[in-house]
Amino acid sequence: MTDMPHPKAKTSSLSKTVLRWLLYIILCLFALYYLMPLFVMLTTSLKSLEEIRTGSLISLPRDITFDAWKTAWSGACTGIQCEGLRPYFWNSIQLAIPAVLISTLIGALNGYVVAQWRFKGANLIFSMMLFGCFIPFQVVLLPMARMLGLMGVAGTIPGLIFVHVIYGIGFTTLFFRNYYVTIPHELVKAAKVDGAGFFRIFWSIFLPLSLPIVVVTVIWQFTQIWNDFLFGVSFSQAGTQPVTVALNNIVNSTTGVKEYNVDMAAAIIAALPTLLVYVVAGKYFIRGLTAGSVKG
Amino acid sequence: MAPILNIQNLYKSYGSVEILKDINVTIEPGDFLVLVGPSGCGKSTLLNCIAGLEPITGGSIDIGGQDMTHVSPKDRNIAMVFQSYALYPTMSVAKNITFGMKVRGVNATMQAEKLAEVAKQLQIEPLLQRRPAQLSGGQRQRVAMGRALVRDPKLFLFDEPLSNLDAKLRVEMRTEMKKLHQKLNASIVYVTHDQIEAMTLATKIVVMKGGVIQQIGTPSEIYNKPANLFVADFMGSPAMNLIPARVHKDASGSRIEIEREDGQSLVLNDAHHTNLPEDVIIGLRPEDIAEAGYRQGDDVQSAVCLVDVVEPAGADTYVVSKLGGKEVTARLHAETNATPGGNLTFAFDLAKVSYFAPKTGERLN
Ligand SMILES: Nc1ncnc2c1ncn2[C@@H]1O[C@H](COP(=O)(O)OP(=O)(O)O)[C@@H](O)[C@H]1O
Ligand SMILES: [Mg+2]
Repeated sequence: MTDMPHPKAKTSSLSKTVLRWLLYIILCLFALYYLMPLFVMLTTSLKSLEEIRTGSLISLPRDITFDAWKTAWSGACTGIQCEGLRPYFWNSIQLAIPAVLISTLIGALNGYVVAQWRFKGANLIFSMMLFGCFIPFQVVLLPMARMLGLMGVAGTIPGLIFVHVIYGIGFTTLFFRNYYVTIPHELVKAAKVDGAGFFRIFWSIFLPLSLPIVVVTVIWQFTQIWNDFLFGVSFSQAGTQPVTVALNNIVNSTTGVKEYNVDMAAAIIAALPTLLVYVVAGKYFIRGLTAGSVKG
Repeated sequence: MAPILNIQNLYKSYGSVEILKDINVTIEPGDFLVLVGPSGCGKSTLLNCIAGLEPITGGSIDIGGQDMTHVSPKDRNIAMVFQSYALYPTMSVAKNITFGMKVRGVNATMQAEKLAEVAKQLQIEPLLQRRPAQLSGGQRQRVAMGRALVRDPKLFLFDEPLSNLDAKLRVEMRTEMKKLHQKLNASIVYVTHDQIEAMTLATKIVVMKGGVIQQIGTPSEIYNKPANLFVADFMGSPAMNLIPARVHKDASGSRIEIEREDGQSLVLNDAHHTNLPEDVIIGLRPEDIAEAGYRQGDDVQSAVCLVDVVEPAGADTYVVSKLGGKEVTARLHAETNATPGGNLTFAFDLAKVSYFAPKTGERLN
């Protein structure tokens, strides 16, 4: 081969640039299209009710006011109480953090067992867990309600944590199992010869390898649990409702004028934590999804 | 002194598939035992059974005079080097080497001492703070060795430790492995599919095929007196010439007649072997066929053959001729005058000849 630039190579690189720009433009249009609702929500939440009534949906706010945000956070009525989202937001945090941590840890252990300590029936158990991922929420509502009652945790936050952990294990196990099967079995063998046992190998060798898949699992579980409505509305009572249920109540129970700005602000507040998780850990998310085996 | 390793009537099945059949192996202290055989014959499985990483279906395993058949790997007093090296990816080289001691609760000063000793021995001191991903293949191999050496076990188990290295490095490491064995006087079971590695390293070779031991012996026994056609063909490069022949008995011994394409059969006289069956396969190593005049001895016999191919290989020249329907390779000196298509007088040295039964493949002499 020579280093001489081929005339054809030049034109093709030009057309490549053009194509590339075309691609960027199309992608930008898509991005705008997807960002439109967020834009409307954000601007509406910063307008006064007066301005919403008179102005256009997509216009920028004339006077920015945070009143709607204040109301949404601490004054909006969810039925008879008017404390805003704050108490429910706190409920959701109390619920989501333990549920995410517990389901991730159990998933990691399960995945480790299924992928690296193949025992008789391991595949069957794994298939059954996988099947658990595809059971629709509605199907488990009644049995779960009965079970929570029997356990004495109906209507409590620990009860909700339990439900989310159970429902999440299928997914978290799947994630970790698929990650751990790519790790050569000789690693476990070497550790066994070195004298390490089941938990020692998990703790010292497998967990340190797992950052990418832990991030994926945490994001997935957090999004699922934080955004869940059905379990939240079914298994909670007055003081233990998660933020999604409260949001629904705020939006649906306003009497008189519809306070769109408050609704929008409340919706954004309810969505903020998941957004935050994506922004902070998003790059690990992509990396974790595409992460293959670990080179020895 | 009790043998270091004594395997008796070992069987191993995965489900209904029998992988290892009636394995009996003994090694003495200081033995370098090489398990050799083609890929998939069960070498790694046997090594895993010795290590206790796979339960066995039948038989017993003694290590250091103690029955270890049902003992867990960590209590067998063994160390193992794996084919993929299996270094712990998130730990530094130093931590990889000391992990076993840490797990066993050896104190930190002792760990540091041992680590320094092994690092010096393997010349990996500059690498101690690196991660496995930052090492070359040869360096990883050394670290894996270090992890085994630091344990100071009764028995070392090596599973194809050199097979992931390039050819040049492999030869270097082979020599180093041999030096290490001589220095430590360690007892080693070493798995390879490479027969040259087996010949150069072993004090004792076990040849396996399809989960069955074909022959156990010193390298020279295996090379000079292969127990069957499989061993004869598998060990040695270029392979032993295995030529179908007919035996006629007469007063002076056996007349071995080998057919040739031109109808004129080649006849060799063997005075030593008198009770051969009528059909045999005669086995001659390439170095036992020389150019006439270059080999003297009582059992050397000459015959003129047609030369098909001449392959100069530096120190030697390999010459291929067709006998008994087989390509027969002779190892001649470098300055031979052999030309393809020409005739050459060969000297067949029957001192080390092997005979095999064509049906069973078993050795006859
Ligand atoms: N876990 C297993 N389950 C079923 N069959 C296995 C398993 N491990 C190995 N085998 C089979 O055992 C045979 C021997 O394998 P192995 O000991 O790895 O061969 P080698 O090391 O000699 O190349 C192969 O045919 C392989 O397919
Ligand atoms: Mg193998």
